[in-house]
Amino acid sequence: MSALLTQSLVKRFGGVLATDHVSLSVEPGEIHAIIGPNGAGKSTLIGQLAGEIASDDGKVLLFDEDVTAVPTHQRAQRGLARTYQVTQLAKEFTALDNVLLAVNARERHNFRFWRNAHDNATAMAKAASALATVGLGAMHHATVGTMAHGEQRQLEIAMALATEPKLLLLDEPLAGMSQGESGAIVALLQSLRGRYPMLLVEHDMEAVFALADRVSVLVYGRIIATDTPDGVRNNPEVRSAYLGESLGDDL
Amino acid sequence: MNGNALFPAMVSWRAPRTIAVVVTLALLALLPVIAANFGSDYYVGFGTRVLIYALAAIGLNFILGFGGMVSLGHAMYVMLGAYAVAIPATHGIASGWTHLVIAIAATTTLSLAVGAVALRTSGIAFIMITLAFAQMLYFGAVGLKDYGGDDGLTIAERSVATLYDLSNPATLYYVTLVTVLLALYLSWRAVLSPFGLVLRATKANARRATALGHPVFRYQLTAYVISAVVCAVAGVLLANLTKFASPSYGAWTLSGELIVIVILGGLGTIFGPVIGAIILLALEELLPSLVEMALPDYKANWMLLLGLFIFLVALLLKRGVFGSLPARSRSAPVRGEPVEP
Amino acid sequence: MTAQLALSQLLNGLQLGVLLFLLAAGLTLVFGIMSFVNLAHGSLYMLGAYFGAAIFARTDSFLLGLGAAVAGAGLVGLLLDRFALTKLYERDHLDQVLATFGLILFFNELIRIIWGPSSVFMQVPDALSSTVEIAGFSYPSYRLAIIVAGVAVALGLYLLIQKTRVGMLIRAGATNANMVAALGVNIKWLNTLVFALGAALAGLAGVMAGPIVSVQPGMGEPVLILTLVVIIIGGLGSIRGAFYAALIVGVVDTLGRAFMPTIMRTLFERSTADAAGPALASMLIYLFMAVVLALKPQGLFPSGAGATR
Repeated sequence: MSALLTQSLVKRFGGVLATDHVSLSVEPGEIHAIIGPNGAGKSTLIGQLAGEIASDDGKVLLFDEDVTAVPTHQRAQRGLARTYQVTQLAKEFTALDNVLLAVNARERHNFRFWRNAHDNATAMAKAASALATVGLGAMHHATVGTMAHGEQRQLEIAMALATEPKLLLLDEPLAGMSQGESGAIVALLQSLRGRYPMLLVEHDMEAVFALADRVSVLVYGRIIATDTPDGVRNNPEVRSAYLGESLGDDL
Repeated sequence: MNGNALFPAMVSWRAPRTIAVVVTLALLALLPVIAANFGSDYYVGFGTRVLIYALAAIGLNFILGFGGMVSLGHAMYVMLGAYAVAIPATHGIASGWTHLVIAIAATTTLSLAVGAVALRTSGIAFIMITLAFAQMLYFGAVGLKDYGGDDGLTIAERSVATLYDLSNPATLYYVTLVTVLLALYLSWRAVLSPFGLVLRATKANARRATALGHPVFRYQLTAYVISAVVCAVAGVLLANLTKFASPSYGAWTLSGELIVIVILGGLGTIFGPVIGAIILLALEELLPSLVEMALPDYKANWMLLLGLFIFLVALLLKRGVFGSLPARSRSAPVRGEPVEP
Repeated sequence: MTAQLALSQLLNGLQLGVLLFLLAAGLTLVFGIMSFVNLAHGSLYMLGAYFGAAIFARTDSFLLGLGAAVAGAGLVGLLLDRFALTKLYERDHLDQVLATFGLILFFNELIRIIWGPSSVFMQVPDALSSTVEIAGFSYPSYRLAIIVAGVAVALGLYLLIQKTRVGMLIRAGATNANMVAALGVNIKWLNTLVFALGAALAGLAGVMAGPIVSVQPGMGEPVLILTLVVIIIGGLGSIRGAFYAALIVGVVDTLGRAFMPTIMRTLFERSTADAAGPALASMLIYLFMAVVLALKPQGLFPSGAGATR
């Protein structure tokens, strides 16, 4: 059973086919990367997988369950965690509160009005652990607004991990990061390899080839190739799609 | 780290905010005594009115300050609470507890219905829809010819409570004060609770809260109903104070005043609404006299200045009067979790 | 309930609808393009009525009154935009609500100072003070003229929005303001234009309504709220939606008020009908709005505005 399986997923915006019959899978334990030129439709695809964008056709299966019509928060309840290309954090909250929010999402309900949310020792421990995993152990009480960009990206991942997910959708986790910062995130994802199946959308080719078990190439909303990293690197269609882009040199 | 059994969070006793809270509460507690010294009942009644507005604003602040939901129609719940006293009273039901139960039941039902529809939208649409529903209820009240309609409904006697006599102005004042204190305490606990964490997250980043798995709608609707009930309780007290219920209690101008109070005090602070109510109502008392002194011919037009004041508050006052006070004393660490309401 | 009565009420409904459209068109553009909550739109309507009434009384020319209302309200809108509101466009909706709420109080009081607290009488212009024969009954020419004028303005707006470059910019701004700014269009002038245009339309509605409603301080707010209902039903940012919704709201409200008591009496016993009828009649349009929202939260003709915000 695949962790994630899409069958001929379609999305149209007006006359434009943003997602063109995309079929792909993420197998348990693997890291499956999606690359493609700008405007290829990666954000739309992620949006459809996460549930924020309604698909016009096709199916999304999460561990063999059809979630195509399931709303975003319920997909999260079923184990789908996602990070955003542009950080989506509660800026006025501390790092700890952000992660605690994620931890609490796993509770059956949060309709408890009396005790301080920080009094839940189990939840706080889980939050602390998630922060430690991404290397933010010292930043519990920092307000997100005061954190550096790289630290915020780390927090993004911590929040995804804190929901005890069964599948990770990572939308350009390295966006806007310096060399040094990227290295830390790549190392982090390496350490998580095997624990969570991951769908990784990225522009950073070094990271993709370091991390991915399989790579799919998305051009104009259509997957033109799915193969091992080396296989994709040598694929003539892929090379021609990247021709003229500086990424072609990286390949 | 997280306070004790009484306080849900650590209180920094030397912080300016704490001092302001303590001083204000002390003055409020002593108001009837001070007024008695001057032999005037007027200020007790005025004080009760201030506290009633503060209570309604506390209710509104729950969703506005902490939940980011801009409701321009919350006065309708105040009106509903007032009629929950007036209408049974016309039929001979005078018990205070009955009035309260009716108010809470009716408000819960209505706010569930209104909230369920309105919360499917957000932003500008939500604001307008809450205003429209309030207007609908306002017209409903105006149309109640049997219960006074536009002229309102007079109440012969204040609600009867077994333990105390509400017809005594000081008693009513203290009952209102205790209610306000209770509301402050409960909202403080609620804001810091797991529920409050999700609610505040829906204001900070609803998209992310949803993506994490929280059914945001449920939290918003719950908060909306809670805030409506608090406003209804304020309405019950208002009806008792004025011995009158009127559609004007649900007018959009009152909803606007409540928003002014919340912002004036400090959005997203617990105690802000109390400060805001004191300032606004004091201003509404003083402005006519001030205008009369300066330009006697225009005494009736003092609201021109009020409108200007409100405009400037919106433009310039980012964090409100209470909100601008530091939450911790100068010696406390800078990086720490927010503990003070 | 004769057919003629129904027809005459239908026409009244259209007349109300047309006035609502004039108000809604400007407001929905301001909401949609500038994402700006302007509660003071009703004040512009009120100013139009007062300017029109004053000039009409002075010069005996209704046309001059019309011009004064449109130009005056438009000018006030322009000045507001330039000097008072620019900073607010960036702020969140709560601040905008509060600020424009303050403006409502300010303008109501200003009107009281200048023209006094009681209502001002504005007569129907002589040329239109007679009646017209329609389907066997007499209908006031003035109200018919309002309908005609309103439809003409709607047509003009349609041409402006659909066929001119300015209109294209407005449409683009309604769906993606950031993109329009990024394309180098001076978004500030576009905003000013939209705001002033909306203000002028509101002023026009005010002066046209002058002879048939009570011209008094505070006349703007009930109309404002009805306009908000129109925009909600029609869909934020959609002029087409505003047009259809305005007509629907105008007709439903008018017919509802006219016939609800009668309908109630046939369904319930007299005392209940008389007690609840008027209340239900005024609540009708809001209940209608609630039903529309329950089924289509984006309104009947959503423009897609806000999809990229």
